[in-house]
Amino acid sequence: MSGPVRLADVAVGTALPEQLYRVTRADLVRYAGASGDFNPIHWNERVATAVGLPGVIAHGMFTMALAGRAVTDWTGDPAALVEFQVRFGRPVPVPDDDAGAEVTVRGAVAALLDDGRVRVDLAVTSAGEKVLSLARAVLRLP
Amino acid sequence: MALDRELVGRSYPPSAVYEVGRGKIAEFATAIGDASPLYRDAEAARAAGHPDVIAPPTFAIAVSLEAAMVVLEDPDVAIDYGRVVHGEQRFVHHRPIRAGDRLVAMTTIDAARTVAGNDLLTARVDLTTEDGEAVCTATSMLVARA
Repeated sequence: MSGPVRLADVAVGTALPEQLYRVTRADLVRYAGASGDFNPIHWNERVATAVGLPGVIAHGMFTMALAGRAVTDWTGDPAALVEFQVRFGRPVPVPDDDAGAEVTVRGAVAALLDDGRVRVDLAVTSAGEKVLSLARAVLRLP
Repeated sequence: MALDRELVGRSYPPSAVYEVGRGKIAEFATAIGDASPLYRDAEAARAAGHPDVIAPPTFAIAVSLEAAMVVLEDPDVAIDYGRVVHGEQRFVHHRPIRAGDRLVAMTTIDAARTVAGNDLLTARVDLTTEDGEAVCTATSMLVARA
């Protein structure tokens, strides 16, 4: 498909291309700096395990950003995304190695709304577990 | 400590102005691995109908979460930040954030409740331009674990 996705191109059930993202500790450090979220559970193993986590975990907002990429890469127009919401269901542990963690984003059009808007429901998983729930985007398509 | 329901509806004074820079948008886009030229190249953004480079949809958190900290600093809220995790996040974009925006954040407590010893606090941050144009509403549900 060339150019931004148009309303006429989609129907309930239209699937987004599945995306697989790799997340390493270096990505978390870069995201901490860019977002201003320096909570040590996202870069310090000692602190993360002391508060009962399995180890350093990804920022929930980083995982949400990856889910957002899957949507905006599909539409080709980030401005089309008018509403975006998630529940942070489970943490994404990121091991201290070069492979890091994998986050998979799948999605499909779930409803056609009024005013040229559509709702996309997303399934975001890591290591086979759902990490975001109620992950939904509302897009206004041309 | 249980949250007081009287907190619901409480709002806080507007934040200082946050000026959105092209460099900060590009840094954020790189951090989330997004190569879109709309986040980096003003000409590409203008060709797509925007006055300047736009920000990725979750960039608003870099402004809104900082603003929402005013709630945790409220002595009546009495939540220990060390126990706080992010439970839910929602953005409503009235238009994309773009370079050059001078944003003001207004924070309001939308919900406060205690469930099984966990304090659940929902903070709504309305981002507008200095001139009052609505840009984004960012709603964060924070959980302070028992």
